[in-house]
Amino acid sequence: MTVASSNEAPHARVPPWRDVRVLRIVAQVVVVLAVGGLIAVLGFNLVDTMAERRLSFSLDFLDRRAGFDIGESPVPYNPNDSYGQAYLVGLMNTLFIGVLGIILATILGVIVGVARLSPNWLLRQIAGAYVELMRNTPLLVQLFFIFAILLQLPPVRDTFALPGGIFLNQRGLFVPAPQPSPSFAPWAVIVGAGLVVAVAAVVIAGRREAAGQPTYRLRLIGLALFGAAVIGGWFAVGGDPVAFDVPRQERFNFTGGMALSASFTALLVGLVIYTAAFIGEVVRGGIQAVRRGQVEAAEALGLSGGQTLRLVVFPQALRVIVPPLTSQYLNLVKNSSLAIAVGYPDLFKVGVTMSNQTGQPVPVIVLIMGTYLAISLVTSLFMNIYNRRIQVLER
Amino acid sequence: MARFRLSIIGLAILALVVTACGDQAPAESPGATDDVDSTPAATMDEESPDETDDPGTGTTGGRLDLIRERGELICGVNGSLPGFSFLDQASGEMSGFDADFCRALAAAVLGDPDAVDFRPTNADARGPALQTGEVDVLIRNTTWTATRDTQWGLFAPTTFYDSQGIMVRSADNIGSLDDLSGATICVQTGTTTELNLADVLGAAGVDYTPQTFGELEQTYSAYDEESCDAVTSDKSQLLSVRTTLTNPDEHVILPDRLSKEPLGPVAPFGDEEWFNVVKWMVFALIEAEEFGVTSENVQEMVNSDNPAVARLLGADGEIIPGLDADWVVAMVSAVGNYGEIYDRNLGPGTPTALERELNALYTDGGILYAAPYR
Repeated sequence: MTVASSNEAPHARVPPWRDVRVLRIVAQVVVVLAVGGLIAVLGFNLVDTMAERRLSFSLDFLDRRAGFDIGESPVPYNPNDSYGQAYLVGLMNTLFIGVLGIILATILGVIVGVARLSPNWLLRQIAGAYVELMRNTPLLVQLFFIFAILLQLPPVRDTFALPGGIFLNQRGLFVPAPQPSPSFAPWAVIVGAGLVVAVAAVVIAGRREAAGQPTYRLRLIGLALFGAAVIGGWFAVGGDPVAFDVPRQERFNFTGGMALSASFTALLVGLVIYTAAFIGEVVRGGIQAVRRGQVEAAEALGLSGGQTLRLVVFPQALRVIVPPLTSQYLNLVKNSSLAIAVGYPDLFKVGVTMSNQTGQPVPVIVLIMGTYLAISLVTSLFMNIYNRRIQVLER
Repeated sequence: MARFRLSIIGLAILALVVTACGDQAPAESPGATDDVDSTPAATMDEESPDETDDPGTGTTGGRLDLIRERGELICGVNGSLPGFSFLDQASGEMSGFDADFCRALAAAVLGDPDAVDFRPTNADARGPALQTGEVDVLIRNTTWTATRDTQWGLFAPTTFYDSQGIMVRSADNIGSLDDLSGATICVQTGTTTELNLADVLGAAGVDYTPQTFGELEQTYSAYDEESCDAVTSDKSQLLSVRTTLTNPDEHVILPDRLSKEPLGPVAPFGDEEWFNVVKWMVFALIEAEEFGVTSENVQEMVNSDNPAVARLLGADGEIIPGLDADWVVAMVSAVGNYGEIYDRNLGPGTPTALERELNALYTDGGILYAAPYR
């Protein structure tokens, strides 16, 4: 359109097929129709083909008896339960390893990220080597490797007996499980009271500090009171409030206590050290995104190295760290589907067994994908909320 | 392996989506150098993209024509089970009982027992492989059950009557199922043995911990490493794998029979003509043994005076639609009759050394009983 022509006839002159406003809408409609059409064609084909192959979309089998057993289950489960219950066991195992993995990977990742920036040459190099080794080898290979190492531990009959009733063998780590005894309740009350006093002391100390008043070591006093409540209460109630269920060796296995199975350990360790390498890089990037002047200013104020990190660098680095950190969390949860490689009954493994035993792969896979999607979306939601909160803090 | 399995099932879905479009050009499967691929995963990963191009996967019929056009039979096998189907290190070829049935089928259909593309398939992937029609036939020590017969494909007559057993270390002094209380038992996931174990031990009130793995090798190596106290599977499989353990003599198989395990070939749904070929391949090989037709005398037996023998070897012309009159001759001269296949792979003189027992002809006290070929 030239200026001259628009001067002569501002609107009537441009035909619709050359009008950018019309063309934009047409283009969008065409794209939507094309994409929608493609999805519809694929969808109808799927439905048709499944009908021909005698496959159904139905999830009715979830109510049927599962019939297979699951080695590790946080909730009671036996083969007479339904497929739905079996799936729930898998889901809980996935969530358990996901939550634990995220916590541990974050801790390790932060340490690695900080170490990569350490003034200590050796520490820096070790952290760098760790990151490069872990993120440049496939996780599946690492899992097989870790599991193979665990299998090299002594068999059950030659179990390592560690002090404190801890036993280690190729099937896992067996530790005493704390069990509340009858005197647990009064002890808990005393400890609770101590905790309330300690928290109150810390809060008051904080307020006084903010107001520039002397704190009279209130924090220390609060902590001491709490410690006194825990220890004093233990003896005051008469009889140990917490008893320990020590693992016992039976004919084949250990019973009692808590067990970290080799499968679980291999998967957890694999996921944590793999993801921590990525998180370490995210943390390093976040720290380096904080301007040098901030650190110099903190030093000029006389803050120690730790204080500088904690009070000046991290709060500003977090806004850079959190979005990519969310991706790493999602990766960790999704990567936990490799559990099948080490025999840990997670969501995917139970799902695959279900798919096989029922002969219904399509609905089961759709169910599995939907479940992972839901887990990831919820994780994202919380991380986004957190992200928004730390963004507000920024000035 | 989990990723591999995900990809298999994902591809199964993809294949379902794509194959319905219907108009693909006939494509043979490239990369079919099965004999060099020792791991199922490698083979499947390389080849699985092709499965979406495979024409006629399923219900359109004409799988017989498709196989002839392709010039190769795609046979799903276990691939890591000595005696049934495994890669012979010496010859570099797939060998075993199941593998020979694949060869017999290829000889019958294509006239060439070597025209087989062996697809190693693990326990979880075999169902989808049939459902999507990726394999022409699955001959993979697969137990015939009602669910599988209605969900996976059509079961041909049983080639091997097996039962489930439990293998334990002799040092553990386990004499019966009750002694397994508290034990960890290894089992491969996606198998009938996984279900039977839960059924039988549950009914017996034996408290045990299952340790399940996706792959056969993982399952047995965990047992061999003493990560489990016992391992359960079909007895033939236990016997076969026992030969590969570190100290085969230190393991015993409990006398208990946990279940019936009739193992046989499976053909995909939707092509009766092809299913008939698979079914009669099994019957014909059994009948050949019954009539004393062997790979050595088959050429002479063609002119037999016994009308039943002559008919089996083609005297009455074409009987199975789609196959030449002399297809049984082609099979038997290539791999021998049922008994020869058995003896070569499982019988005395092989590492497994399995007695025929149930797998003897009905005339010899077994239950092999072929429907008459006429």
